[in-house]
Amino acid sequence: MRMEDNQRRDSSDNDSSEEARQKWQEAFDASAQRSVPFETMSGVPVDPVYGDAPFPGQYPYTRGIHPGMYRGRLWTMRMFAGFGTAEDTNARFKEILRNGGGGLSTAFDMPTLMGYDSDSEWAEGEVGRAGVAVDTLADMEDLFADINLGEVSTSMTINGPANVALAQYIAVAEKTGVDRNRLSGTIQNDILKEYQAQKEYIYPPRPSMRIITDMMRYTTAEMPRWHPVSISGYHIREAGSTAAQELAFTIANGFAYVEAAVAAGLDIDDFAKRLSFFFNSHSDFFEELGKFRAARRIWARWMRDHYGAKQEKSWQCRFHTQTAGVSLTAQQPEINIARVAIQAFAAAAGGTQSLHTDSYDEAHALPTEDAARIALRTQQIVAHETGVAAVADPFGGAPYIEWMTDEMERQAEDIFAHLMEIGNGSILEGCYAGIENGYFVGEIADAAYRFEREVNAKRRIIVGVNDFTEGDDDDRTLLRIDATVEEIQLKRLGEIKQNRNSDAVAASLAALRAAAEVPDANLMPATVEAVKTYATEGEITQTLADVFGRYTEQAIV
Amino acid sequence: MSDPATHEPERLRVVLAKLGLDGHDRGLKVVARILRDAGMEVIFLGLRQTTSSIIAAVEQEDADAVGLSMHNAGHLTLGPKMVRALADAEIDVPVVIGGIIPPDDEAELLENGVAVVLGPGASAEEVVQSVRDAVAAARP
Repeated sequence: MRMEDNQRRDSSDNDSSEEARQKWQEAFDASAQRSVPFETMSGVPVDPVYGDAPFPGQYPYTRGIHPGMYRGRLWTMRMFAGFGTAEDTNARFKEILRNGGGGLSTAFDMPTLMGYDSDSEWAEGEVGRAGVAVDTLADMEDLFADINLGEVSTSMTINGPANVALAQYIAVAEKTGVDRNRLSGTIQNDILKEYQAQKEYIYPPRPSMRIITDMMRYTTAEMPRWHPVSISGYHIREAGSTAAQELAFTIANGFAYVEAAVAAGLDIDDFAKRLSFFFNSHSDFFEELGKFRAARRIWARWMRDHYGAKQEKSWQCRFHTQTAGVSLTAQQPEINIARVAIQAFAAAAGGTQSLHTDSYDEAHALPTEDAARIALRTQQIVAHETGVAAVADPFGGAPYIEWMTDEMERQAEDIFAHLMEIGNGSILEGCYAGIENGYFVGEIADAAYRFEREVNAKRRIIVGVNDFTEGDDDDRTLLRIDATVEEIQLKRLGEIKQNRNSDAVAASLAALRAAAEVPDANLMPATVEAVKTYATEGEITQTLADVFGRYTEQAIV
Repeated sequence: MSDPATHEPERLRVVLAKLGLDGHDRGLKVVARILRDAGMEVIFLGLRQTTSSIIAAVEQEDADAVGLSMHNAGHLTLGPKMVRALADAEIDVPVVIGGIIPPDDEAELLENGVAVVLGPGASAEEVVQSVRDAVAAARP
């Protein structure tokens, strides 16, 4: 699609500015408002939006997906946590809920993310280190003990074995009397960016896509409040991409899931409203703002015009944001609080639906409880003290911001054109091809190296790293993961394996294998049955790997 | 015992790898290019390596040093494990570790035979020089 065509079409599609304003006003009046004064610190009342059509809540949603944005509801302050045993993380979850955090977010340890049990030889040294270890349903039960799953919204950051984690969550809910149709939350389940950036894959791309479309079919039919895929640019950016590459690769992956789900027989308007995105917020405020605005516009245009979605909800790009972990410096770590504040402000001004703010000590270790509290307080300051929540798209209409939005879109369209070309007219095939030929990893590695050289040559200043270096102090309190976590987890896993009904485990795994061998069978019901027998994540993953194979990437620099 | 590698400081051969499951490979790839730019020969093994796959590469490629990158808090287990595995194989090459390593852990790694620990934000010059120094110190 060419931009001039888009611009012409958007303006002819939209009503005259006056009509658009009237429609916006009606939609705004019909929406709920928070009962706080919407005025400046000095008491001057402010309008919910300034400038011209299209207004927030109007196609192509450049200015936000809701007519009143944060006047109705603030973004969800969703803090990611997970370390040690399930019980340790459960305590942190309860702390987050007590502190006013609105949703839970789970970090799993590396063996869990890769589909290996804690007693696998691959797991040595990594059990419970960078997240929580979940081997069986018993661990998931501990993780959410005394938390009503019908009332919280949970985000689970897991991809390769996402089907297992979702099945375990469903099983915990059902054991505590909560039907799966009441479960609310998101599972990341974005395998394409694993091959491109994060590298936590298990099976090759095509069988992995089958698992994802199975999950989309399952949740669409049975879990109306669940988001089955969170299409994530965060990791692409952390791996070193530019803002425009993050935008383009992520949205292209979104198109790929749409194409795969439609090919699997789903109606686009039945599932597209449950797709959500996850972006990074880095320190170049203006570039980030342009990126967030462009993401909404691109998604709306392509979903409506290229993929033929008919419902507005299918056109709307909803997203979670996390501040840029990679921007945090090990030197003078307390100055990271300032970086996080700026990045959080960009996310809010950019219209995010939820936000995780990083802790200042994360260039050294997982955050301490104190550091995590300061991070949550930082976004509370942005929400309640800066005025950013009173006016939707507060920078919209500024020439620089509008130019940046157009520029981000232009760069993204160039990348879509390339993927279309190597995919013979399909973005999905273009993504497969780009994974196979090293396009994504090569582009990301080039950008990362370019950035590093600029920092090294001092063409780019990173405060505390290559300039303004005085004041670094070595006296720090860091989170120590108890080294006994691995022992505790191994003992627990051993006990569970001893006490479960091994015939039931074997039978459930055989049924799962049988389902895997039939391409149009859905793997989810068999996965749920398997986790209920306390089959381990590693056993379930190996059963599927026996059918699908395991993926290894070609090491290229 | 294999003969110690004796390449000139400008032409050192370095095996770079991620040991274990950790998939954060941005740093390792940047370091690979930095070392290449400095004239070194990089044997880039990439992700999901074991101590035995790394040792096999060191022997086959006649390497002067091993560089590991760690971001998942497994360094206190995996770093010493690599050092021990090299010693067991009677291979005398230094192990350099970079990544997210809390300052307090640096001393423990050094005590356990790791030659150098490079923190986040190390400059290209520091990376290159520390590899050269580690190799020089390991030679008889």
